[in-house]
Amino acid sequence: MSAKKPRLAVWKFASCDGCQLSLLDCEDELLAIAEAIDIAYFPEAMRAGVRGAYDVSLVEGSVTTPHDAQRIQDVRRRSKILITIGACATAGGIQALRNFRDVREFASIVYAHPAYIDTLATSTAIADHVKVDFELRGCPISKAQLVDVVASLLAGRKPATPAHSTCIECKIAGNVCVMVAHGTPCLGPVTHAGCGALCPSYDRGCYGCYGPKETPNAPSLSSRLAELGMDAGAIARVYSTFNSNAEAFRQESERHGAQNDQD
Amino acid sequence: MARRTIKTDYLARVEGEGGLKVVVRDGAVKSAELSIFEPPRFFEAFLRGRAGMEVSDIVARICGICPVAYQMSAVHALENALGVTIDGPIRDLRRLLYCGEWIESHTLHVHMLHAPDFLGFSGSIDMARVHGDEVRRGLEIKKAGNEILRLLGGREIHPINVRIGGFFRAPRKQEFAELAEKLKRARDLAAEVVRWVATFDFPERERDYQFVSLSHPAEYPFNEGRIVSNRGLDVAACDYDDHFVETHEKRSTALRSHMRDGSTYLVGPLARYALNFEKLSPIARDAAKHAGLGPVCRNPYRSIVVRAVETLYAIDEALRIIDAYEAPERSFVDLEWRAGAGYAATEAPRGLLYHRYTMSDEGTILDAQIVPPTSQNQACIEEDLQNYAGAFLDLPDEQLRHRCEQTVRNYDPCISCATHFLRLDMDRA
Repeated sequence: MSAKKPRLAVWKFASCDGCQLSLLDCEDELLAIAEAIDIAYFPEAMRAGVRGAYDVSLVEGSVTTPHDAQRIQDVRRRSKILITIGACATAGGIQALRNFRDVREFASIVYAHPAYIDTLATSTAIADHVKVDFELRGCPISKAQLVDVVASLLAGRKPATPAHSTCIECKIAGNVCVMVAHGTPCLGPVTHAGCGALCPSYDRGCYGCYGPKETPNAPSLSSRLAELGMDAGAIARVYSTFNSNAEAFRQESERHGAQNDQD
Repeated sequence: MARRTIKTDYLARVEGEGGLKVVVRDGAVKSAELSIFEPPRFFEAFLRGRAGMEVSDIVARICGICPVAYQMSAVHALENALGVTIDGPIRDLRRLLYCGEWIESHTLHVHMLHAPDFLGFSGSIDMARVHGDEVRRGLEIKKAGNEILRLLGGREIHPINVRIGGFFRAPRKQEFAELAEKLKRARDLAAEVVRWVATFDFPERERDYQFVSLSHPAEYPFNEGRIVSNRGLDVAACDYDDHFVETHEKRSTALRSHMRDGSTYLVGPLARYALNFEKLSPIARDAAKHAGLGPVCRNPYRSIVVRAVETLYAIDEALRIIDAYEAPERSFVDLEWRAGAGYAATEAPRGLLYHRYTMSDEGTILDAQIVPPTSQNQACIEEDLQNYAGAFLDLPDEQLRHRCEQTVRNYDPCISCATHFLRLDMDRA
């Protein structure tokens, strides 16, 4: 049986390491996962070099350097199934805020010698570079969804990651709507499910870290946010955080003026 | 063999992407370099123009392993700019949240990243085949830390409940009851871990480090205190830039810190422990003593024992806070935005984490500076390689490479954090 175990690799691009940490945060499941799957390449957790092909690759992070744009091609060639994990890999992440600004200016704010920094003008999703077989949303991803994706691969079924809105999860959780009851601005109506409606459960509005749901109606939500007192700049910013380069959020942010507007 | 180069292109079991290169000539270490190729993400640039309320959610994304540290340094720095001090149960809850992160992060490092070096495994998963009970024990402690983060923060990675002024929601006392039982068990297990790691085989290597950490009159430091050293430094966070400086080198996308006089310094568990030993709770001090640690430990290979002691302390402290906790009437204090600059340093699991912000009168961020612990330790790590690798030169290349990697992992370096921080006016190159 052990000869037949699928080989798994975990790859990092520009990211905070949080989504791959989710795998190590599966305290109850980790050793069982390691029984069922050959974790063959996972530099955050083990010393081992890249060798041959992998049945499944989990890819964290976005493409932000010329070197990484090449590297993702190699990862794709080595991988039968490629799954992106998290907002960086599926939408460019928070570092995609550079896409709306001059990256050389950004580099000069942070570094004494911007010329030493070899970076692309944009931070882009993995799917902008290679074919992606499955995308797991979230900043960070949900541990439960990660375990489900791994289990579904082993069972040969489709992962259960519904594309409906956070609002649906709020109803399932039995939360009182923070926007209706308290007038708290909330991105729940346009945000992809997966977190279990976490923020409304803690008396705050959703801030969209799972990115857009399927067929979101962001302009309609924005009208409501404006009625609740948010000005155009605040509305532009609320769509412009961890999934700023996801199409529906990017469009809605741009409709309300410059992203992350600075003097 | 006049010249020998030991290279690790991609350092494993650290958070982020880095490599190291040690050049040996005529039997002596000629140079040692830690190179960091983690791609820059430019946080300090895109923080400009964001609202003060957004900062703690944004900076959490600098690091998935220690997001609470970034949230805490951020809210304290912004509150400092607004002249607000948080006291009572909200202050205690912040300390409790930090305990959760220390437990989770230290236990991850002790069991999954560092112990395999001592026991000769590539990682904790193959280590579990031989040391299954020890790995499972570590996972149980780690889970208890993560449960603090989940209950109080909403989730383990990038908690959502932290805000400037306090929390969005403060738990009721009884919500902690089940967690407290798990923590009591974790405390017993953590005491066993201290005994376990103390039996590892440590290279006898010591240096006279310049230790830097926070120091608070009444408590082992997490969120508050003055920045002190074992060489007489004693300053407030707002004076950080008068004493510390960052430089940018070609081989690295991370910045390196020095004292203004050019000397290197060490932050993190060894420094905190040496400068605050008396503030540990009795159970943690006892465990340290039985593990053979004095009040100061200068052997970085033994940092795994100090991390285990700090884990035990953090669990003990979490239980003390939960026991004394009475829910506040309101979970946050109201704030009025105003123009100004704010400063804060807190103790991330890996060491001192400094934030400075300037804000407009509406609370828009005009400028941000963030100095993470790994940037501050980078020069120290290279000095360790330079000083200690010499003793391992008779080893074959693969074993020597392993020893060098272990020397870097002593610091639990977080390269994702260390990348992309520097102020323009700090150029000394």
